[in-house]
Amino acid sequence: MTDTVLRISNVNKAFGGLQALSDINLNIEKGKVHAIIGPNGAGKSTLLNVCVGLLTPDSGTVTFNGGTNVIGKSPHEINQMGLARVFQTPEIFPDLSLLDNVMIPAFAKRDGAFHFKLFQSLSGETKITQEATEILASVGMDDKLNVIAGSLSRGDKRRLELAMCLIQRPHLLLLDEPTAGMARHDTNKTIELLKKIKEDGMTKIIIEHDMHVVFSVADTISVLAQGAIIASGTPDEIRGNPVVQEAYLGGAEL
Amino acid sequence: MQLLNGLDKGGAYALIALGLTLVFGTLGVVNFAHGALFLLGAFCAVTFQKILTISKKILDPSITYFDAYIEQPYLEIWFGETGLAIIDYAVPLSIIVTIPTMLLIGLAMERGLIRHFYKRTHAEQILVTFGLAIVLQEVIRHFFGANPIPTPAPDIVSGSAAVGTWIGLGENFVYPWWRLIYLAVSTAIISSVFAFLHLTTFGMVVRAGMYDRQMVAFLGINVQRKFTIIFGLAAVVAGVAGAMYAPILPPDYHMGMDFLVISFVIVVVGGMGSLRGAVAAGFLLGILQSLASMTAVSSLLPGIDQIIIYLVAVIILLTRPRGLMGRKGVMED
Amino acid sequence: MMKQLMNLLKKQSDLTTILMFAAGVLTMPIWLDPIGANYPDLLQKFVIFGIFAVGYNILFGLTGYLSFGHAVFLGVGSYAAVWSFKLLTMNVLPAILFATLISGLIAAAIGFVSMRRSGIYFSILTLAFAQMFYNLAYSVLIPITNGETGLQLRMHDPRIIDNYFSDPLPGLPSTDFFGMSMNGYSGFYFCAVVLILAFYIAMKIFRSPFGMKLKAIKSNQHRMRYTGSDTRPYLITAFIISGMFAGLAGALLAVTDPLAGAERMQWTASGEVILMTILGGVGTLYGPLLGVGIIKYLENIFSTINESVLQQFFSFLPQWGENIMVSVVSPFVGEGWHLTLGVLFMIIIIFLPGGLMEGFSRIQKRYRKAKIKDNQSDSTKE
Repeated sequence: MTDTVLRISNVNKAFGGLQALSDINLNIEKGKVHAIIGPNGAGKSTLLNVCVGLLTPDSGTVTFNGGTNVIGKSPHEINQMGLARVFQTPEIFPDLSLLDNVMIPAFAKRDGAFHFKLFQSLSGETKITQEATEILASVGMDDKLNVIAGSLSRGDKRRLELAMCLIQRPHLLLLDEPTAGMARHDTNKTIELLKKIKEDGMTKIIIEHDMHVVFSVADTISVLAQGAIIASGTPDEIRGNPVVQEAYLGGAEL
Repeated sequence: MQLLNGLDKGGAYALIALGLTLVFGTLGVVNFAHGALFLLGAFCAVTFQKILTISKKILDPSITYFDAYIEQPYLEIWFGETGLAIIDYAVPLSIIVTIPTMLLIGLAMERGLIRHFYKRTHAEQILVTFGLAIVLQEVIRHFFGANPIPTPAPDIVSGSAAVGTWIGLGENFVYPWWRLIYLAVSTAIISSVFAFLHLTTFGMVVRAGMYDRQMVAFLGINVQRKFTIIFGLAAVVAGVAGAMYAPILPPDYHMGMDFLVISFVIVVVGGMGSLRGAVAAGFLLGILQSLASMTAVSSLLPGIDQIIIYLVAVIILLTRPRGLMGRKGVMED
Repeated sequence: MMKQLMNLLKKQSDLTTILMFAAGVLTMPIWLDPIGANYPDLLQKFVIFGIFAVGYNILFGLTGYLSFGHAVFLGVGSYAAVWSFKLLTMNVLPAILFATLISGLIAAAIGFVSMRRSGIYFSILTLAFAQMFYNLAYSVLIPITNGETGLQLRMHDPRIIDNYFSDPLPGLPSTDFFGMSMNGYSGFYFCAVVLILAFYIAMKIFRSPFGMKLKAIKSNQHRMRYTGSDTRPYLITAFIISGMFAGLAGALLAVTDPLAGAERMQWTASGEVILMTILGGVGTLYGPLLGVGIIKYLENIFSTINESVLQQFFSFLPQWGENIMVSVVSPFVGEGWHLTLGVLFMIIIIFLPGGLMEGFSRIQKRYRKAKIKDNQSDSTKE
């Protein structure tokens, strides 16, 4: 079991009387793309927030890379451990240029959580500038290096955010509905991108609504309904699972 | 005794903080010019008194061997004793003028400036109203000079009330009448504001707006006009608080800034967006300040009376991030 | 090849910037002469408040945290410098170092506490601290601050180091920098050199990954945390640096005029530095300096104008016109200078929140667009 990147054990979380997560157990294996699907309000976002330390569960543990407990850690510590996150609504630095947006996470990866060096010159940072340009090229945005990020379209912002995470080469990348609110054309572009970055062997968790996206990129799928995992398996297993069809898809043919 | 002393100051704090909270609870605007409204109120009283005492120079009849002039107010010339009585009651009477004046100023301010800053950042709101506060303060200084202007309360209440004998604490326990009146008036204003908010439909909308601004806008209620009225109301409350405070503290041009800082601290201590919190914190800090200035306390902790309010504010801000009664998410980023 | 060239240009621009800046500052007595601003007192104010504003900009301009308490550091710097003159030596060097250190320490304490909150809560916390210091300076701290009279030099101050080397001279001594007197132009040149150093530091911070991270915190602190940076130490560092700049400016105020008063610490004085920064342009390198120049210059001009000057100025008008103009303008000058300041401030925030620098870049853009259009129409003709 050395190749488990994230282990979620017996996690429970209730909001008031509502049991948002009940006894979740999940192993995310190294190098796999693990999709978590489920109807609205099934607890997907809650689960993701527990994984990044934003929410503290009532009980249970989340361990990363076979040892460190994630729970109770602050966001920057979790990121420094090698876990990056793409948010549902794009979180970027709207006042800075695209290049700066991508360079900052790279600095954080290189310098650690805090780095007191006032007089380092930015123009001397050729290596990171180079790297940032390459990453932006890989998401198809190297023609906009000096554009201010706030002026991008929603789809572009999301791609930029993805680039910001990719430059850190995290052990685990969390994607919260990477195609939410996107036009079909943009969604296809994103699927292409996700397929492309799948090849680099980075472990990913994807939360997604769009079945088309899920079945094109995922290695493993877990189905969440009413705060519990009702099924886990390969896309084919899930496709054929009657429980899933009943609970989630309402019997519809996939 | 110190408790009572704190109460009238607390009353003034509570009134200013109430208006301030109303404004950014509903409008979402951080108004650094709110202290200036208090200042304007105080100078409404001053102006009113000055107008009443416009005088004519007449020969002093009691001195016959050379021409000595004394000034006699027109009101006295016209109405005799009644005129003098009116002058004597200048401060309470000035409320009649203060209310419409402050309402007008408040409405003008909202329409002319504040409205255009709803969508701007809080920093910009703070800065533009700070600029406005400087302007208003300097205008006052231009017309009234830099020195405090004594504005006495009516003679009949200039003495002290024997509070001690009423409640059986001995005759030495006295309290100035006017401060007692101030306390009563501020309590009355606070209660009427709360009654207004809780008993009228308008008030209901306002409270709903403080709870969730976007929701109210969704309901299709014309918030724009309601905002204007709210701002006018807040201006009136601050203005009356200022006018009535004139006999306690002779108004000068920078009193607005002095009170502003304290009232902001109070609002934060009470909890942003909580009216009840603002009132409670106002009285609480007023009393604390008086208690800290007692000789027993200040000999033990020298200087504590100067900083008690700020100290309490810092402690509360750090330990209870939302103040005493604040809700989550108000003015947090 | 292209990239190397770009880098070369960028690298050089650091050096050229500072050289041009130094040349500009040191020649101030020459180019400010035509507008009547060439006298030491005003020149000193330009550069000293320039340091204050450049430092404030490191906090407010880069991180967006609006502090209403920076005047405290200015005051503390002045007090510390005067105490150094009284106890140690009239040489300004220890005074400056001492003042910067003390204000840095106090900034660390205030910043450590205040930076636990953000937004308006941060502003109120700094305001509360400023008021505490101000009130204490007039009460408990009178032994240190000398209350309303202000802290002054006296004949019988110990001045340990000075008196060790030479016998005290009769009369009040004046501040010096290894024998160079700090009055008049030499005082200005000394402060100017300090400003150039301070500007150099600020420029390096602006153009470093550190500065970029501060800008990122201003832009989206949430994202910054999830990107693996602990924002708090960055913010506190920025707060301390700007506090030290303010302390340095305070010390220089005492260097040019060895007197320190608590009115320097009033929160409205913090308001003034905010004003200068914003007027020029928040977050730009030169903006704050521009703001300082304009405000200090106008203050100097406006506050000395009185009614007879106005009457003279409007004497070309008929008598009634003159009277009207004088009565309209007079509230804005002399004592009423702050009124002008307030109006100016409001106008800037309402119409040009990015300050004058934004105004310039807008004009530049428009000009460029017009030029491009011209070129296009030219090329179509061909």
